[in-house]
Amino acid sequence: MADLSCKIAGVSSPNPFWLASAPPTDKQYNVERAFEAGWGGVVWKTLGEDGPPIVNVSSRYGSVDFGGQRMMGLNNIELITDRPLQINLDEITAVKKAWPDRAMVVSLMVPCTEQAWKDILKKVEQTGCDGVELNFGCPHGMSERGMGAAVGQVPEYIQEVTEWCKVHTDLPVFVKLTPNITDIRRPARAAFDGGADAVSLINTINSIVSIDLDIMAPTPTVAGKGVHGGYCGPAVKPIALSMVSEIARDPHTRNLPISGIGGIGDWRDAAEYISLGCGSVQVCTAVMRYGFRIIDDLVDGLSNWMDEKGHATLEDFRGAAIPNVTDWQYLDLNYKTIAAIDQEKCIECGLCHITCEDTSHQAISASKDANGKRTYTVIDEECVGCNLCYLVCPVPKCITMNEVDNGLPYLNWTEHPNNPMK
Amino acid sequence: MSADIRCARLAPEEIRKNFSELHAPLTELQAIQESARCLFCHDAPCTEACPTDIDIPGFIRKISSGNVTGAACTILSENIMGNTCGNVCPVEELCEQVCVKNTSEEKPVVIGQLQRYATDYLFERGIQPFSRGAESGKNIAVVGAGPAGLSCAHRLAILGHNVTVFESRDEPGGLNEYGLAAYKMLNDRAAREVAFILDVGGINIETGKTLGEDFDLAELRRDYDAVFIGLGHNAVRALGMENETVDGVYNAVDFIERIRQQDLLTLPVGRRVVVIGGGNTAIDMAVQIKKLGAESVTMVYRRGPVQMGATEYEQQVAQTNGVLIRTHAQPHRILTEDNHLSAVEFEYTQMDADGQPAGTGETFVLPADQLFKAIGQALDAAPLESDEKPELVHGRIKVDEFQHTTLPDVWAGGDCTAGKDLTVTAVQDGKIAALSIDEYLNHG
Repeated sequence: MADLSCKIAGVSSPNPFWLASAPPTDKQYNVERAFEAGWGGVVWKTLGEDGPPIVNVSSRYGSVDFGGQRMMGLNNIELITDRPLQINLDEITAVKKAWPDRAMVVSLMVPCTEQAWKDILKKVEQTGCDGVELNFGCPHGMSERGMGAAVGQVPEYIQEVTEWCKVHTDLPVFVKLTPNITDIRRPARAAFDGGADAVSLINTINSIVSIDLDIMAPTPTVAGKGVHGGYCGPAVKPIALSMVSEIARDPHTRNLPISGIGGIGDWRDAAEYISLGCGSVQVCTAVMRYGFRIIDDLVDGLSNWMDEKGHATLEDFRGAAIPNVTDWQYLDLNYKTIAAIDQEKCIECGLCHITCEDTSHQAISASKDANGKRTYTVIDEECVGCNLCYLVCPVPKCITMNEVDNGLPYLNWTEHPNNPMK
Repeated sequence: MSADIRCARLAPEEIRKNFSELHAPLTELQAIQESARCLFCHDAPCTEACPTDIDIPGFIRKISSGNVTGAACTILSENIMGNTCGNVCPVEELCEQVCVKNTSEEKPVVIGQLQRYATDYLFERGIQPFSRGAESGKNIAVVGAGPAGLSCAHRLAILGHNVTVFESRDEPGGLNEYGLAAYKMLNDRAAREVAFILDVGGINIETGKTLGEDFDLAELRRDYDAVFIGLGHNAVRALGMENETVDGVYNAVDFIERIRQQDLLTLPVGRRVVVIGGGNTAIDMAVQIKKLGAESVTMVYRRGPVQMGATEYEQQVAQTNGVLIRTHAQPHRILTEDNHLSAVEFEYTQMDADGQPAGTGETFVLPADQLFKAIGQALDAAPLESDEKPELVHGRIKVDEFQHTTLPDVWAGGDCTAGKDLTVTAVQDGKIAALSIDEYLNHG
């Protein structure tokens, strides 16, 4: 049984699975249920400054369903916690006391003044929590008030607020980044320069999940109107993985710990984030769909996979994929694969042919004999090895992409004769 | 006309084909797609319907995530014979009957086949997820190496106890090895499962040792710290009719055992066959004798299709295999020629005011070369005779909710106690008894 214990930016947890700052971590009741189920830690739903509580709308979530499956993607227009600050602080204190081995990080979002951050940090420190996460990510509502993504989209603000926080607390500071920017490395560098102990990403993506064509308004709809919300769930994982890899590869932020977030629903997703250097991973949509009990497969599945691969601890494979993420210009232009169709496995659906014929390289021929048997054959000379047929084929291992030994040496674009910039 | 009974009524390859597995195993693609159909219900009805309390949505989710080893462990930690049960459980009246997908899509998730997929995966890779706990120094005797006894033995071994299993037959496995239909238990499935159970260590099986003959209950109680009795059914009910012992009349359970253990081409198969009974044994008998080449097979039951012990699905399996099911008729006379069965006379029945079948006086005759009796099995309590013996109730050993008998150091489970006579319930009985025995040994 592999050791799943996790340490990131000085924060320890028995496993790397944390609940992200979101509705599931808004209350002692939910968080204790999560800990009872086996979650390694939580980032408590974002606290704001003391004062009149936040007001939320009714109708808060929208879903993208795909092929009969619910919640391929989820968006929300909920704001930060709408409960009084002191209640949250008291509950955080009680939970941390009752569950000392679990990671308790508190998400924060207050106006962009040093005093406001100083005040909240002093209050939060009293709870005994393990760290704070600065919410510079929420794309809706709070950003209109100069917080959340409004800060996260300006690297200078990120750096300044992070510096304030590092001055006013000794707690580890996680900076949560918004993906609603053009280059994730800029805000990550700003957080690093401000002294952040770690970054968490991604926060949700600006989105409208659908338009209700009967009332001509975006969903979720509030009294006939809608607004862009924050998108998350399985659909956003590829975007998040790419952003995580950018930060992990950037010489400026190379050693900055990362807490990975975005579409993590099973152990494999988590392993992928960890392979790109993440210390912990944060989950929200999957528990909002199924409840906290998915932790069983997350822990068990990751542990079984690590046993199978001979990884005793998370450190054994953390970041192992980073060296293999490169720039396009360094890919080997002499590397060649071509598709092969296993005629025994082929069910004659023809998808490989029509997609190649219409949209790629006309490299799969189609024929039909007198009995109506259809045969699809790869034309090796035409195949460029794009993977499309392999991706559309519904039968596992029917189409394989096989390496061709052409005897040619590694040759990248920087060395290629066709490169005019060479 | 003399009886027409022959071996190898069909070509060897045809018989082999007939005895190939009822359901082909799920492919990886099928397993992934089927597991994605599971909604991962809260407080899932399927788990509630499972006699062994398997976390069914949990194991299906693990198949879906690619954690198939984890899925198998989830199954086996509650039901060590989860592989057999995946094949033979009457899922249509257990987990699959209550699957919420019946309501939304009129088709349940195929839980039984997914269970088999996950456990096959584990066995094929030779993964042993269980290990023995620290040695307790306690010794427990288990009587009967069937599902109840082996389930009890395995759990006790995990808990660190030493277990000796006494089995009267030559091979362990009980009905899994000797009693289930051959086309449900192919490729030494039962033996593979037994080997997996014994692999955990701490279990010693003594075959050819029969309670009441080679030893008695008093000796076991003297020599061991606790005793579990999983005798199963050790007696077959008789029709109580004249000519019941003539050639051509068989007990179905004995013949099914021969099908499991003997070369199929050496079995005597009649041209015209009659099976009496309405339970799964009757179905298994009728289907298998048809698969062996009987020309006509008629299964006769004295009540209606709804009252049959065999599920509607099992009845359909029989019918699609060419078995004619006749209901509301009871055997009246066994007719013979030259001291051999020649026909069976039946009397039509009607349900009386108490819901019991009563003969109408009207009869019909079915010519028959073979007659198989499958009217139920029973416990013969004679082997339990000893200075003190456990109380019986309705002809079975009386137990409480912890499978504890009326003797302080004796537990019992499986078919020799009350409850549904299924592999899965026997496994649960053994598991519960083991936990209770452990509690007793640790805390008195």
